[in-house]
Amino acid sequence: MEKLTKLFADIQVLLGTYGGAYLNGVRNTLILALVATAIGCVIGFLCGILQTIPHSKTDNMVKRVLLGLLRGVIRAYVEIFRGTPMVLQAVFIYYGLPYFTDNAVRFESVWAAAILVVSINTGAYMAESVRGGIISVDPGQTEGAKAIGMTHVQTMVNVIIPQALRNIMPQIGNNLIINIKDTSVMFIISFTEFFAAHRAAAGATYKYFPSATVEMFGYLCMTLVASFILRWIEKKLDGADNYELVNDDQLVMAAGTYNYPDKGTPFDERHKPSRDTVIQEVKLGRNRGER
Amino acid sequence: MADTILEIRHLSKSFGSHEVLRDIDFTVSKGDVTAIIGASGSGKSTLLRCVNLLETPTSGEILFHGKDVTGRGVNAPEYRSHVGMVFQSFNLFNNMTVLKNCMVGQMKVLKKSKEEARQTALRYLQQVGMAPYIKAKPRQLSGGQKQRVAIARALAMGPEVLLFDEPTSALDPEMVGEVLSVMQDLASGGMTMLVVTHEMAFARDVSNQVVYMSQGVICEQGAPADVLGNPQRQETKDFLARFRNS
Ligand SMILES: Nc1ncnc2c1ncn2[C@@H]1O[C@H](COP(=O)(O)OP(=O)(O)OP(=O)(O)O)[C@@H](O)[C@H]1O
Ligand SMILES: [Mg+2]
Repeated sequence: MEKLTKLFADIQVLLGTYGGAYLNGVRNTLILALVATAIGCVIGFLCGILQTIPHSKTDNMVKRVLLGLLRGVIRAYVEIFRGTPMVLQAVFIYYGLPYFTDNAVRFESVWAAAILVVSINTGAYMAESVRGGIISVDPGQTEGAKAIGMTHVQTMVNVIIPQALRNIMPQIGNNLIINIKDTSVMFIISFTEFFAAHRAAAGATYKYFPSATVEMFGYLCMTLVASFILRWIEKKLDGADNYELVNDDQLVMAAGTYNYPDKGTPFDERHKPSRDTVIQEVKLGRNRGER
Repeated sequence: MADTILEIRHLSKSFGSHEVLRDIDFTVSKGDVTAIIGASGSGKSTLLRCVNLLETPTSGEILFHGKDVTGRGVNAPEYRSHVGMVFQSFNLFNNMTVLKNCMVGQMKVLKKSKEEARQTALRYLQQVGMAPYIKAKPRQLSGGQKQRVAIARALAMGPEVLLFDEPTSALDPEMVGEVLSVMQDLASGGMTMLVVTHEMAFARDVSNQVVYMSQGVICEQGAPADVLGNPQRQETKDFLARFRNS
């Protein structure tokens, strides 16, 4: 009890002096994680879409060579950035670029460097998720789209990508949460995120444990709120479980007379496709948590 | 001679060394309802998929209004928008409502306005009896309902020919009737149709041409009364006998 009282007193002192620094850290961490996850998703979708361009033996040589090259490059990118620690990637890029270009290219702001590193890292993880998300959309729908004359691009944009996006929402959330936590390694290039605030405060006051308590609490709040919001977005994307019947002789978008129940859940025997999607999601969801 | 829409000439298709279709020849005129029957694995689906260019024929020609569509310079998506296809597994777009399913092709491929697409979609959904369900998603529908939406989606593109690949085979028995009756209405409305089916009653009563396929070749073809009622080949007799007994 005595210890707890002391802890609260210490935290109070810390917050009194460094409250602004902690808050600033929270702000920077959130901005970095959000922006980098968003850019990472864009990179991931680009890679996933490029990797799933259909190719056939009848294509001309140039197209086949280009596609092969593209796949190779993406493969290498994914392997390199998933196979090395982000803290090292940060150092490598932050100091590497000026080193190689005799300072012609260097980072004016540590923000640019941090966003670049975290985005590229997230993109490498998302690339595989997106590819999985695209592949897991039942190929029958691609045929259905083709059969009414839609091109590959139209099919992708209107049919496949919206479903792939929904399929990988759990991984996007997973990546956001991981980024909130793992951006803490960006102190290595002097980016002042939340963990950097701890280093400053604890270094000056030697109150390591109280400061770490503040940090633990802060990170936990951020990740909990993030996952709550993501759940909510997923629910929104799924739309209503019910639909309204529209009266036959007044074919207008007016409200129907009653709600008709959903014909099943993903766990029903007869809804194998949606169940498979779920299984796929669970499998893909492991992508990044396991490293 | 009646108005010829499709002419299949010497069509062959191999997957690797496996020859699935060999020297297929037949003609479809406007208003024809052609039933394609045959044992499992005889190449019926492959034939239909070739006609829609979902598979590239290995050799032979497919003439659409006299023009070969198998050549290199052909715009396959454009051609497919004239030749609708209904699949055994429905293949509806799961991310869209029933109405959107029937609108998206019109808007993206035919470049129709949203309102025009909506009107057309509603008209055909009404025709197949699915108008009340325009707000539903495919996962909320029964198999028979899905298939009727798939038919409306194909019709909304204004195709000159509709291809059906075993449209009722994935359905529970009590839903087969609703889909067949929609198809029967289409046929009496003058729609040109190519139907792969195991429903012999449909072939007998609705079609005006029956093609019996066996091991990648057309074994027998002609009027339903002849092919089904008085088959010439022993193979055809055996195949039909198996159906009568089951
Ligand atoms: N993509 C493919 N690659 C290789 N072989 C294929 C492919 N598609 C079909 N085949 C083969 O072609 C043959 C004919 O298949 P097809 O699906 O056309 O038969 P079907 O008459 O439609 O049979 P069913 O009544 O079972 O639908 C089969 O032996 C099948 O294994
Ligand atoms: Mg088949």
